[in-house]
Amino acid sequence: MRTTFHVNQRAVSVDVSPRMTLGDCLRHELKLTGTHIACEHGVCGACTVIVDGEAVRSCLTLAVQADGTYITTIEGLSDGEALSPLQLAFRKHHALQCGFCTPGILTTLHAFLTHNPDADENAIRNVLSGNLCRCTGYVSIIAAAMEARSAYRAGAIAR
Amino acid sequence: MKLPPFDYASPTSITDAVALLAAGKGEARLLAGGQSLLPVMAFRLANPALLIDMRKIPDLQTIAVDDRGVRLGALVRWCDIANSPALKKALPLLPNAIEHVAHYAIQTRGTVGGSLGHADPAAEFPGLAVTCDAMIEIEGSAGRREMPANTLFTGPLQTSLGHDDIIVAIRFPPWPADRKWAFEEFSRRHGDFALAAIAVFYDLDDSGRIANAHVGVIAATDKPTRLPTAEAALNGQMPNSECFIAASEAAAQACNPSADIHASADYRRSLVRTLLTRALRKTLN
Ligand SMILES: Cc1cc2nc3c(=O)[nH]c(=O)nc-3n(C[C@H](O)[C@H](O)[C@H](O)COP(=O)(O)OP(=O)(O)OC[C@H]3O[C@@H](n4cnc5c(N)ncnc54)[C@H](O)[C@@H]3O)c2cc1C
Ligand code: FES
Ligand code: FES
Repeated sequence: MRTTFHVNQRAVSVDVSPRMTLGDCLRHELKLTGTHIACEHGVCGACTVIVDGEAVRSCLTLAVQADGTYITTIEGLSDGEALSPLQLAFRKHHALQCGFCTPGILTTLHAFLTHNPDADENAIRNVLSGNLCRCTGYVSIIAAAMEARSAYRAGAIAR
Repeated sequence: MKLPPFDYASPTSITDAVALLAAGKGEARLLAGGQSLLPVMAFRLANPALLIDMRKIPDLQTIAVDDRGVRLGALVRWCDIANSPALKKALPLLPNAIEHVAHYAIQTRGTVGGSLGHADPAAEFPGLAVTCDAMIEIEGSAGRREMPANTLFTGPLQTSLGHDDIIVAIRFPPWPADRKWAFEEFSRRHGDFALAAIAVFYDLDDSGRIANAHVGVIAATDKPTRLPTAEAALNGQMPNSECFIAASEAAAQACNPSADIHASADYRRSLVRTLLTRALRKTLN
C-alpha cells in the first residue's frame, strides 16, 4: 500500500506492506537510521518520533497510519551541522553515553518542551519514565532538559 | 518482534466499519491507538487477518459535557483527557486517575475505546468506568445499544462484545460539585500498569454522613469491580478513621488477587487495604 507523508520537511511516498511499522519504514525505506528500534512493543522509547507535533512510538504506529502526516525524526531536530538548543544542552551536561536511547529521548523532550516550556523537574521526570536509558542514570538528562527550557520559552519550534 | 502479516482498511464511517467486522467473521480487529493491539500482535498473542483502522471515522474524538454528564467518543485519547479544562470540573476523578496511564508518547495515541476493548484488569480507565456506573454506547450489525460498563468486562482481556460490535462512546453520569473523591495507585514506576489501584467517591447527606459510596478496585481482581462490602462499611457513617479502616479491611477481604511475576496475591491484597485507607483520608482534604 502507498503511504505519503512529510518527514523533516521533505515529501516522501513509499510502497509498504501494512505490517511495516513507521519505525522500520523510516529506517529501511527512507534510510533515516537515527531512529532506533529496540523492544518493538512500546516499552523502551528508543523509537519515538514526532508526528504532527506529538511524540509517538514509531514501533506502535503503522507506516500506513502515517499517511498524510508531518513527521520529525532526530535527523530533523538540528539544522545541518548546527545542533539544536536541546542537543547543545545534552552535550554540555554529558547527557548521553552509548547514545542508543538518545534519539528517542531528544524527540520526546523536544515535543514535550515545545508544548510545556515551563515544566518543572517532576514533570520532566514523569515524561522520561517512558524512555529507558541503561547508561546515564538520568541525572544528566534531567539537567540538560531543565537548562533547555529557556530556549523553548523563547520559541524553539517543533517541526 | 515484527508484526505478522495482515490486510488493512481505513473506513470513513461506523456503518462501513461494522460491515467489515461482520464480513471478517471474527478474523478482523479494530485498530484505535494501536498501543495495546500492536504489542499483542508483536507477541503473536493475536493474529488478525484484517485491521480496521478507525482514524478516518469522524465525530469519535468529541468530549461533551452537559447536564446529563460527560460523554467521551471512543477515539478520545489520554492526552485529550489530560488537556481538557471542562473535564477537570465536570469529572475531576477522571483526569486525576488518567495521569497514571502509560507514558507520554503512548498517551498521545491510546484511546478510551481501545482501553475498554482491550479490557486489561490492571488498566485504569475500565476501572473508572465501572466505579462511576458509566454506560457504553455500542454499534453492531443489529444497530445501536447501550450497556452498563460492569457488564462489558467478563474476565482478563475479555469482553461481552460481539465480533461486529464497535464501542462508539462512553457516558458518565453527572457529578455533583461537592462530591468527595480520590484515586490511589501503586506501580513500580510512573506510567507502568498498576499493581493495585483504588477509585473511591461518596456524597454527604444533610447530617454529614456518607451516602452513595462507590469503591472500585483495579489490578487486584480479574476484572475491574466495585466492592459492595467496603461501600456498606462506609454508607451511613460519619467520614472518620474508624469507618475508613473498616472499609479498607472489608475491601482487602473481598479481593482475591492472582499472583504473577509482578506481585504475590498477599502483597496485592495488602496494597488494596493500604490504598483504600490512603484514598479515603485524601477525600477529607
Ligand atoms: C508501554 C506501555 C505502557 C502502558 N501502560 C498502561 C497503563 O499504565 N495503564 C493503562 O490503562 N494502559 C496502559 N497501556 C495501554 C494503553 O493505554 C493503550 O493505549 C490502551 O489500553 C488501548 O488503547 P488503544 O487505543 O491503543 O487501543 P488498540 O491497541 O488500538 O486496541 C485495543 C483493543 O481494543 C479493540 N478496540 C479498539 N477500539 C475499539 C472500539 N472502539 N470498540 C471496540 N473495540 C475496540 C481492538 O480491536 C483491540 O482488541 C500501556 C501501553 C504500553 C505500550
Ligand atoms: S522500540 Fe518502540 S518503544 Fe521500544
Ligand atoms: S546513553 Fe546508553 S542507553 Fe542511554
